Amino acid sequence: MSTLFKLTWVEIKLFIREPITVVFTLALPIIFLFVMGGVFGNTPSPDIYRGVGPMDYYMPSYYGLIMMAIGTVALPVHLAGYRERGILRRFRASSFSVWSVLGSQLLVSFVIAIAGSILVTIMGKVAYSPHWPVNPGLLVVAFVMGTVCFTCFGFFLGAVLPSTRSAQGVGMLLFFIMMILGGAGPPMEVMSSAMQVIGNITPLHWVIYTLQNPWLGFDWYTSASLITVGITVVSALLAARFFRWD
Amino acid sequence: MPSIISVQNLRKTYGKTVAVDDISFEVTKGEIFGILGPNGAGKTTTVECLQALRHPDSGDIRVLGLNPLRDAQELRRRIGSQLQESALPDRIKAWEALDLFASVASKALDWHVLLEQWGLADKRKSSFASLSGGQKQRLFIALSLVNNPEVVFLDEMTTGLDPAARRVAWDLIRSVRDRGTTVLLVTHFMDEAENLCDRVAIVDKGKIVASDSPQGLVASHATAVRVIFSTDKTDLAWLKKVAGVKRISHRGKQVEVAGTGPLLALVAAALVEHGIVPSDLRVEQPSLEDVFLKVTGHSAAE
Repeated sequence: MSTLFKLTWVEIKLFIREPITVVFTLALPIIFLFVMGGVFGNTPSPDIYRGVGPMDYYMPSYYGLIMMAIGTVALPVHLAGYRERGILRRFRASSFSVWSVLGSQLLVSFVIAIAGSILVTIMGKVAYSPHWPVNPGLLVVAFVMGTVCFTCFGFFLGAVLPSTRSAQGVGMLLFFIMMILGGAGPPMEVMSSAMQVIGNITPLHWVIYTLQNPWLGFDWYTSASLITVGITVVSALLAARFFRWD
Repeated sequence: MPSIISVQNLRKTYGKTVAVDDISFEVTKGEIFGILGPNGAGKTTTVECLQALRHPDSGDIRVLGLNPLRDAQELRRRIGSQLQESALPDRIKAWEALDLFASVASKALDWHVLLEQWGLADKRKSSFASLSGGQKQRLFIALSLVNNPEVVFLDEMTTGLDPAARRVAWDLIRSVRDRGTTVLLVTHFMDEAENLCDRVAIVDKGKIVASDSPQGLVASHATAVRVIFSTDKTDLAWLKKVAGVKRISHRGKQVEVAGTGPLLALVAAALVEHGIVPSDLRVEQPSLEDVFLKVTGHSAAE
């Protein structure tokens, strides 16, 4: 237990010392917030953004964006690099269990997701005054589901991608596809049908819907939440199957 | 003395390459046991099997009475390990690494003391990436000791250390042994094995070719003393009549006389008698290097 928490604390400090992951997980969503907010404001229009105010729509989307950045950019590169450089090997030789290594990453994911979401919420609230979440209890449930989902997705990528370079390449590609087409970029309603099809198969799309409905006061999106759970389980199983210490 | 490590007929292959052919040895509690051999002899593979980091193809291993295949986690908790190929996160600080690795043990050592002993006290807040090769190496040794292990595995521990730091490292490892920790040392340095180890196994091509204390190995495998001097004279055939002389070889002006017994005194007397008074007359006692050459047929660098 003590190793798990020590490792989590060290990993949080290492995260803060790594500029690239900080940019992708904490800075980029805020830049997006101001770009999208500057363009669209928060006046609802019936044809786009599910009929709600753009910033009401984007607040939970950016929570999802932060989680997705963790799962595509931060975690895969981190884990693949640890394996490639022999850090996992070093940990293993000193009896660190796979549970403390991955468990600490899960805890770090939560810390980053929560910190990033608070940051986005404060900035968004001050600049564009979106409404508060209508159903905060279910939003918390959705938040936990989304964070666990993308953490497991990151474990999966980190397990199967053999090197830091491949993790950077694949992670970046997935990040931009999901960011633009998965619901954190332009509204679904203005995208071509091909873009919508691709958007629909990204995990981010379903995580965002799971987050958006409780925020906006819509009914819990059961199929979206089940798809999120499905992605989580499949990612976790594949990560367990392909995880290697060296 | 009870056996802390017992290895029977260990074998490990990678595809068609036989890394460890057939290795058996015992290490008793509180000794520094050295595995000495050239690169690629199978030393690292052997100790990695002992630390449950590799699965052997066959053979029986017991470390602290535990089977690495079955009790890997308990074993790793009770041993210390300095690996040849490993790293730490670039931005972790020296003290953070020690504090983290100490957390696996219930009776870990005070890492402040280790930082001091291994000359890293002023580097405690430096990131791993900013340390020099020697400093990284010393940090890894300190990490291998921080959980207060019963057995510590050190794989080429003085690689990258300057000569003074090597001496310090040897002294520190001796004091670790004196506190009761068993040390298994992998090295390709003859002087390290000779100075530090209580017993040495010479490994070549995946097999142990000789095993004993360094002195015992020298006594049983390399008895020849060499007397070396320089002279302009070429006809030295008369030296062969000196008692104990076995062989005379020339390298330019330098002459090397090999043999047994009180060779230096007898050769010196004979030289003076023939009017040769070399200023560089010296004797070389047989060393582990000679043993190594004899039992493997090549030098450790090959």
